[in-house]
Formats: sequence, C-alpha cells, structure tokens
Amino acid sequence: MLRHLPLGIIVVWALLALFGALIALDPNHITLAKILHGSEAGAWLGYDDLGRPIWDRLVLGAQTSFLVACGVVSISAVVGTMIGMTSAYFGGWLDHVITRIIDIFLAFPSILLAIALAGILGPGIENVVIALSVVSWVGYARLARGQVLSLKHREHVQAALALGVGPWTIMVRHLLPLIMAPLIVEATFGVAGAVVAEAGLSFLGLGVQPPEASWGSMIRDGTRYLLVAPHMVLAPGAALMLVVLAANLFGDQLRDRLDVKSRFHHK
Amino acid sequence: MLNFLISRLFSALLVILGVCGIVFLFIHLIPGDPVEVMLGESARPADREALRAALGLDLPLWQQLVHYFAGLVQFDLGTSLHSNRAVTEILAERIPATVELALASLLVAISIALPLGTMAAVRQHSAWDRGSMVVALIGISIPNFVLGPLMILVFALWLGWFPVSGREGFGSLILPALTLGTALASVLSRMVRASLLEVLNEDFVRTARAKGLPEGRVIWRHAVRNALLPVVTLLGLQLGVLLGGAVITETIFSWPGIGQLTIEAIQSRDYPLVQACVLLISVTYVVVNALTDMAYGWLDPRIRLGRGG
Repeated sequence: MLRHLPLGIIVVWALLALFGALIALDPNHITLAKILHGSEAGAWLGYDDLGRPIWDRLVLGAQTSFLVACGVVSISAVVGTMIGMTSAYFGGWLDHVITRIIDIFLAFPSILLAIALAGILGPGIENVVIALSVVSWVGYARLARGQVLSLKHREHVQAALALGVGPWTIMVRHLLPLIMAPLIVEATFGVAGAVVAEAGLSFLGLGVQPPEASWGSMIRDGTRYLLVAPHMVLAPGAALMLVVLAANLFGDQLRDRLDVKSRFHHK
Repeated sequence: MLNFLISRLFSALLVILGVCGIVFLFIHLIPGDPVEVMLGESARPADREALRAALGLDLPLWQQLVHYFAGLVQFDLGTSLHSNRAVTEILAERIPATVELALASLLVAISIALPLGTMAAVRQHSAWDRGSMVVALIGISIPNFVLGPLMILVFALWLGWFPVSGREGFGSLILPALTLGTALASVLSRMVRASLLEVLNEDFVRTARAKGLPEGRVIWRHAVRNALLPVVTLLGLQLGVLLGGAVITETIFSWPGIGQLTIEAIQSRDYPLVQACVLLISVTYVVVNALTDMAYGWLDPRIRLGRGG
C-alpha cells in the first residue's frame, strides 16, 4: 500500500489539475473581512493577504505546475532524444558539433540560464515552458546519445541495415524501443525538476502573473506575512514538497523496476 | 600528465568561449529594446538613434560580437544601463558576499554529508541507513524557497536566534548557509554512501581488516579516503546547482551577492549587467570543474602516472 503512495500523490495532483475547474472554485473571490484569516469551515486552508481562499488558489496552482511540467518534459524529451539519437547514429562531424553544444549547455548552472531566459522573455506560462525546455533537453540528448552509441552495432541493427532499412526507420523502430526505459526514468525526475523550477521562477516573480496562481508566487506573497499568517507559506510549500517527493520516489521505483542491470544485481 | 593538463585547459577555454557566445546571442536575439528601457517610450526618435549609436547597438550583430569579445579580453564588461557605472566595479562589490555564502554552504554540506553517508554505508540495510537516506531524499525534494522561509519563521521570528535577513555579522550567515547547504548535503550524502559501498568491497579493505586494524581505522583511513576521490569530482558538478541556488537563497535573505544582483538586473532590464552576472557564474563553474578534474588527475596516481608526459 505504502509502495503506491508516490503514484497516488501524482495521480491526485494530475486529477486536481485536470478537473479542478469542475469543482466549484472561486480562486479570485475576495472576502475583505477574512484577510489573512486561518482555517475555518468552508475554507479549510484559510485566506491570503487579499482575502482569497487558499485552497482554491492551491488547485489553480496545481494546474499551472502540471501544465508546465507536462509541457517542459514532453518538449525537452522529444527534442533532446531526437538530437541525441541523430548525433550518435550518424557520428562524424555532426556528433562532434552536437557533443560540444551539449558540453556548453552543461557548463551553465541550468536554473541560472532559465532565470536569465525567463527574465529576458518576460513573464507568462508559455515563456516559462520555453525557458525551462531550452535548458532541459540536454539531459535527454546526452542519455539518448550514450545509449544509441552502445546499441548501434548490435546485430539486429546491422540486419536492418543489410535489408536496406533507412536510418530514420532504424532509429524509431529498432533503437528507440530499446532506450525507452532509461528515458522514461529521466522524464519522471524531469517532472520533479520542472515543478521545482516553475515554482522557483514564479517565486522570483518571473513566472505566471496574477490573477493566475503558482505555488511559487503563493510562497513569495506569503513570505511577507510569515509571522501573522504562516499558513500562506505552509500550504503551497507542503503541496510542492509532496509532489516533488512523490515524483522523485516514483522515479526511484521506476528505475529499480525498469533498469535491467540493477534488477539483475539484486537477485 | 602535462598533456592531460593542457588538453583539459584547452577544452575549458573552448567551453568558456561558447558560454560567452551563447549569453551574447540570447541577450541580443530576444526581443526587448534596452534603449526603450533607458529612455522610456515617450522619447524622441532622434534621441533614441543617438543613444543606440553611442551604445554601439546600430552595428551589425557580428560587429557587436567582435566588440564584445574585444571588451572581454580587457575585462571590460560594459556599463550598467541604470547606475551608469562600470559593470566590473558593481560585480567586484558583490563577489565577496557570494563567495562567503558558497563556502559556508559547502562547509555545512560536507559536515552533514560525510558522517551521514559514512554511517549509512557502514551499516548498510540497517534502520540508520534507511533513515538517513529518507532524510536525504526529503532534503533533495524540499526547494530552498520553501526551506528558507520556514527557517526564517522558526529560527528568526519564533525563536529569535538569528536575524531575518541582510548581511551583518556571523549570525546572519547561518540561516542562508543552512538553506543553501541542505540540498547539497542530501545529494552529497547519497554520493558518499554509494562510493563508500563500492570501496568497502575492495581487496585493500579486506587486507586492512585481515591485518587486525581496528574497524574505525579501516573505515576512516583506508575506505573513506579512497571513497572521497570520485565524490570530489561530483562536488565540482554540484557547484553549479549551488551557484544557481544562491540566486534564490540570496533573494530570500536579502543577501547582497551576485545572485541578488542578477535578479535586480533582470527586473530593471539592465542587459549588460544580466549578461555579466550569467557570464561570471558560468565561468566560475567551468573553471572550478576544470580545476577539480585536474586535482583529481593529480590525486589519483593511476591517472597521474598512467598517461605519459
């Protein structure tokens, strides 16, 4: 039962994000008399500095983080995998150039590059996705490149080559299925990374703008009222930690399950 | 050995050059006009053109790039759009604070991770092992902008032990260093554990035990020493995470370092300053990694003596 908890938390997060709009929510409703009030019937997480219900905003923030995580992980995984596979498969000068580019991207502390990019692009959820995708593809590219390098001389690939199969078909049909497992594990950790990074950008004021909500911007607003209304930081902080912890744990579980090598060692 | 050093140095230089180029391109290709920011939207077109020419922004991109690199070689990073002071001068004021914070966080991380990881490895599969790895996982999963405010709430506001923010005296360093060091400590303790587990299976550890050395001496003198080598290399890579985290941590605690400066520069659209901050942090990262690689080569006789030269 406890083993399924990480996946359970991720499912709850996704459901809240996808169907949150169906629950009667009113994240922008202002109740002036309730400014900074704590938990009570009808608003179990209390109210924020403008008198808005925190639970409703938390659900809105779940949508933001889920949207960003899905966007960033799918874009960077697809682009990164394509670049990495192409680089390794064709080799030669192309591989040389791409490896250099990967090295240069790895030389930036990635969150710093994302901060600078988001700052230059300006606020907004699309720009957050762009900024984070620009820095995240590198991990997938490096992984896919390494895997393809070790697989491309396998017999089944040679057989396909001998039959006259084109390079793209070989990559998609004969190589991609073999490197899926580590890529999926990487993507799971990527979800945790994207959620933290989105909240981080929003915390710095570079992410989504009001009246939209992000767990990061909620935390930032809350830091000004720490002493009188700690729930403003605690609620989004706990939500954020729960999702990130769940994604990290789920990634660990997947790795143990999918990684043939480590499964072999354990037995 | 010399060949190794030279090739490592050369590739580091190449990466730094690439980093400079990418930073330049990002800033110049992305929409947003610094002249408009400086003069405001109501400025006369003639004034805009004059300022554009004065800043060299009317030249073709490749000429600007050449000027930029020419300036870099002379340590001229341009002038801040807002304060009108040399960027290098502003950076110089802020560097000591960030170095202080980074070193303190490193110290926090090592003094937590070394005992935690070692104990976990020595008693593998015990409750201690499981417990410390759970603590490490939580440490990795709690972002510093959640941990920071929590620390302020508990240790500054409720208990009143440390100042809430700013940089005045030793006390003000403790909370930022703990905030920034915790994530690193978690990653590091996992690394120490993994590396030590590998070393504990080596022949020389068995030999040390077989000749009757006390267990403490076997662990600390023979095993840990050898286990730390790969950790040192990984520590260099983690420095990037540390420097990136410094941007957020410095913002939380109003710590007057490079990180806070970066955010201020982004918010005021001070492009030369943003460019310089990103460049400084990235170059530091590249240089430290090149140095750790070299140190690793020097410390490990297999690398030092293996490659002739």
